[in-house]
Amino acid sequence: MRRVAIIGAAQTRFEARKASLAYNELVYGVVRELLDRTGISMREIESMVTASQDAYDGKTISGMAINEVVGAYLKSEAKVAADGLQALLYGVARILSGEFDLTLVVAHCKESEGQSSAITSLMFDPFVQRPLGLDELTAAALQARCYCRKRRITSEDMALVAVKAHRQALKNPYAQRAGEFTVEDVLASPLLADPIHELEAAPRSDGACALLLASEERARRLVDRPVCIAGIGNCTDAYWTERDLAEARALQEAARRAYTMAGISDPAREIDVVEISARYAHEELMAIEALGLHASPVELIARDRASFITPSGGPLCGNPPTVSGLVRAVEAYWQLSGEAGARQVEGARVALAHGAGGICGQNQTVVILRRE
Amino acid sequence: MSEESPTLRVDFLLDTEYQYAVGQYGTRFFTELRDHARFVGVQCLECGRVYVPPRPVCGICYRELQEWVEVGPGGTIVGWTVVRIPFIDPMTGEQRPVPYGFAIVRLDGASTSLYHFLDETDERKIRVGQRVCAVFREKREGSLRDVLHFRLLEE
Repeated sequence: MRRVAIIGAAQTRFEARKASLAYNELVYGVVRELLDRTGISMREIESMVTASQDAYDGKTISGMAINEVVGAYLKSEAKVAADGLQALLYGVARILSGEFDLTLVVAHCKESEGQSSAITSLMFDPFVQRPLGLDELTAAALQARCYCRKRRITSEDMALVAVKAHRQALKNPYAQRAGEFTVEDVLASPLLADPIHELEAAPRSDGACALLLASEERARRLVDRPVCIAGIGNCTDAYWTERDLAEARALQEAARRAYTMAGISDPAREIDVVEISARYAHEELMAIEALGLHASPVELIARDRASFITPSGGPLCGNPPTVSGLVRAVEAYWQLSGEAGARQVEGARVALAHGAGGICGQNQTVVILRRE
Repeated sequence: MSEESPTLRVDFLLDTEYQYAVGQYGTRFFTELRDHARFVGVQCLECGRVYVPPRPVCGICYRELQEWVEVGPGGTIVGWTVVRIPFIDPMTGEQRPVPYGFAIVRLDGASTSLYHFLDETDERKIRVGQRVCAVFREKREGSLRDVLHFRLLEE
């Protein structure tokens, strides 16, 4: 079967508010950087998949508003109104169809321009949930309580995730929030919704990222040892109030599909670097477990060598919605192409990128990348 | 289930504010409008097209746009209508009295069109291809409101 490779990636720095850039300028900047990095001209790119959300952009059909800056003029463009890693999935499918080769995948969000809590409240059922007032943070807090109880996770355990993330982010020039915090610092940061403290929740962010996909044949003409997409899995769970919130079944299933496709039987041993989309600290622990990386995620996080888990710092250190999942693939790609700078995991050959969307991670995507 | 049996309804008011960054290109466009009562666009040095409002890149050539040019204030009607069923004016939150004229105007020197009000509501007097000229407000603030409307020119 035809295989798909990633031949380049770019991202903007994540910031609380990019006040000087309109959203089309933000997107243009990241696409231009991608073209400059790869040396590919826009003329050669045959199709585009973009990820953005109408509610955050404050306009419907948000993909059409950036059609010019992503070079989609008289080309085929499709928008994914979900986590950006799903846009990667559709980009891969486009190439596998045989219809297209070079395909651009772009995600953007300026969360600072809208009212985030009001926007995330639109995810919820309008009859029995939304009338009471509910947003993503509140639902995550309810899930955190549920998960922590079942797995006997303490406040200190959760805080440790935030400590690790912000320490990792010190090595990531694109990070919005980084620092050498202690468990006490995390627990002393404002309590947003019990048990989640400010440093245990992703900040509001503006940013964009982009990836260039190619068929394996095409990629081989450009690079000696291409980074190929070895496996992809996607899975949707039941609505958040209709499942066991302490279990990430959809993520387990998405991982199973990706591992099967990639021929991975022992993920903890075979995967060198993992980028997890955890917008809240407990989600990192849930993901480590669901991905089969360690039965006791707290134990893993507490170890020094845990730097192979989300070396970028992850969404806790910058999280433009929809960009968040795709940038995990950007980071994973850079780890395999040796472009990850100070956060480079030495000798990494197999990487995992995780993306999540919906309430309490209802929709999950796992991508396995492999360099020869 | 009978569709005729009475059912309940939930009302939900979606009232959310956005603060859009106008950006580098848009800021220059509106600043020129405010300070000098003139329109500016950017020209693609590859294909020669002049984009109004200005933007970072030519969608056709994918060349970055940096060549600023003045366009208008005269222009030509590309398409027009007279609005007779009112809708809420987003700039005031109120209904604008009907009728009023709307047109897509190709400013002189531009390759793309702007959309604005016309000073005429008599359908018999407006036609595609007709010459118009922008009328600016005395007091300008750096927004589309700085243009009062386009005036039909005598032929």
